Amino acid sequence: MQNRELVIIGGGPAGLSAAVEARKLGIKDVLVIDRESEPGGILKQCIHTGFGLHIFNEELTGPEYAERFIEEAERLGVEIMLDTMVLELTADRRLVAINSREGLVEIKAKTVILAMGCRERTRGAINIPGFRPAGVFTAGTAQRFVNIEGYMPGRKIVILGSGDIGLIMARRLTLEGAEVQCVVEIMPYSNGLIRNVVQCLEDYDIPLLLKHTVVNIHGRKRVEGVTIAEVDDDMKPVMETARFVSCDTLLLSVGLIPENELSRMTNIEIDEVTGGPVVNQRLETSLPGIFACGNVLHVHDLVDYVTQEAVLAARGAALYLASGSKKYEHIPVVTGDNLRYVLPQRINVDAVLEGKVNFFMRSVRPMAKAELFIESEWGVIKSRTLRHVRPSEMISIQVSRDEMIGSEIIKFRLQEEGGRVEHGN
Amino acid sequence: MSTAIEEKTVTCIVCPSGCVVRVVLKGGKIAGISGNMCRKGTDYAKTEVINPMRILTTTVRMEDNRLLPVKTERPLPKALIFDAMKELSHVRVKAPVKIGQVVYPNVADTGVNVVATRSWK
Ligand SMILES: Cc1cc2nc3c(=O)[nH]c(=O)nc-3n(C[C@H](O)[C@H](O)[C@H](O)COP(=O)(O)OP(=O)(O)OC[C@H]3O[C@@H](n4cnc5c(N)ncnc54)[C@H](O)[C@@H]3O)c2cc1C
Ligand code: SF4
Repeated sequence: MQNRELVIIGGGPAGLSAAVEARKLGIKDVLVIDRESEPGGILKQCIHTGFGLHIFNEELTGPEYAERFIEEAERLGVEIMLDTMVLELTADRRLVAINSREGLVEIKAKTVILAMGCRERTRGAINIPGFRPAGVFTAGTAQRFVNIEGYMPGRKIVILGSGDIGLIMARRLTLEGAEVQCVVEIMPYSNGLIRNVVQCLEDYDIPLLLKHTVVNIHGRKRVEGVTIAEVDDDMKPVMETARFVSCDTLLLSVGLIPENELSRMTNIEIDEVTGGPVVNQRLETSLPGIFACGNVLHVHDLVDYVTQEAVLAARGAALYLASGSKKYEHIPVVTGDNLRYVLPQRINVDAVLEGKVNFFMRSVRPMAKAELFIESEWGVIKSRTLRHVRPSEMISIQVSRDEMIGSEIIKFRLQEEGGRVEHGN
Repeated sequence: MSTAIEEKTVTCIVCPSGCVVRVVLKGGKIAGISGNMCRKGTDYAKTEVINPMRILTTTVRMEDNRLLPVKTERPLPKALIFDAMKELSHVRVKAPVKIGQVVYPNVADTGVNVVATRSWK
């Protein structure tokens, strides 16, 4: 059994940023464990630009962003154990991991940061009928094939789901010589950034079919085509509009799920809306000494926020190591009108780091203009006008300790103002 | 000289407003721009209509068959992206590679270099 100060599960941007911050805060013994043979997480396959705008003020590619943190982690003496899968975690922070060099590795950690990232929803999660031919992939798997392994998943492609990964793969596969027939989106708006709709689809004349879905997959051995149909306002396919689109590959880009098998096994309290642990203002889970950050906590669209969260989790771990566990009284953070979730889900106002809390939230639908209200039992404590609210873009707002002090409850709600969004992008 | 009137629409991506900007061209020259909510949209729409530029990110092969992610150092004309892709399909890079290293100069005769976006030992 090894004894460790801080063990971080996952070596993606969340785990690496947390490790770097922990070393800077003076934690000597920092171990990062990742099941892959290289650190960097999902960024290794995201070769397009758009990372780090907030943190570095530069448009980096995924590998460039990752390499900055990998180098810094190495320079600061972070130990990274690769090709190692964590199989078990207990409430008193014992870990069991496995690799082919040492077999089972048992570790007792004083603090743990969960940074396992997320995985993609698959065909099973959306129940498309039809046989199970070859040629149905998640967009992220296709991204890995094309950008890391060097295989083309197919030649004639339909993409279901217009989130950023789907849009980016439409461009990537076109550049590599594939014919992307269309991107099919069930909602009346794209879930991706406007910039990706423009630069990944319009640039290459790829149609985006809003309010459409795939109702059947044809082919027994290999995909031969799909039937797509328009959906009505209740998202039910209108069968009169059904038409056949010939293709050999269907890519699914239908959402991400935080990877919390370990957390569930450990009986960490999970928020059913975010799919990640319930955390407080230091990103500490319901189990003392276990923190969470990045996509394992909730799905992010911007890696910059992942890094920001990781820094906070590392600070939480450092405080825990310095002063042990304290029983905090938490007040609840309540998700009100027009919001899907607000994070953190509870706070202790007295133990707020640096005098403020960064709250993250997502709206339930796009709005051209909205007013965000933050209220306590006394009434409104803060409000902010927001433009161009979209479910795919996280809202982040800072609330200071002084603004919250003396409250028993903190509630967030969003109120739409003026007309609806003018265009469907 | 033709004096044909042509109209193009451009979605501005400078900020999340995503204004749909209409550009009227008279004989190939910009005669009017509308639909943008601010000045930045004018400049963006002008370059988009006259000479749209893009950063290209892709991969090239290493001699040992691994893939190396790369990008163009600067944006290049959108119209030359497929030419650039074709040229890059022949590139073979020798290890070790350092991030930022030029792996292919002057792609598609644009004067723009292609650089590595990761290091490989
Ligand atoms: C396919 C895809 C494309 C994306 N594209 C973009 C983009 O273009 N721009 C952007 O800003 N964001 C993008 N994102 C969001 C992106 O996930 C975040 O920006 C960021 O990479 C999340 O970092 P993370 O460290 O939380 O997770 P990850 O990068 O997923 O890292 C998690 C790591 O944990 C490891 N791990 C998990 N479980 C275990 C275990 N039990 N034992 C050991 N190791 C384990 C995994 O192997 C992985 O290396 C994308 C996400 C996906 C899934
Ligand atoms: S025109 Fe101005 S307001 Fe409109 S999208 Fe462009 S930058 Fe934003």
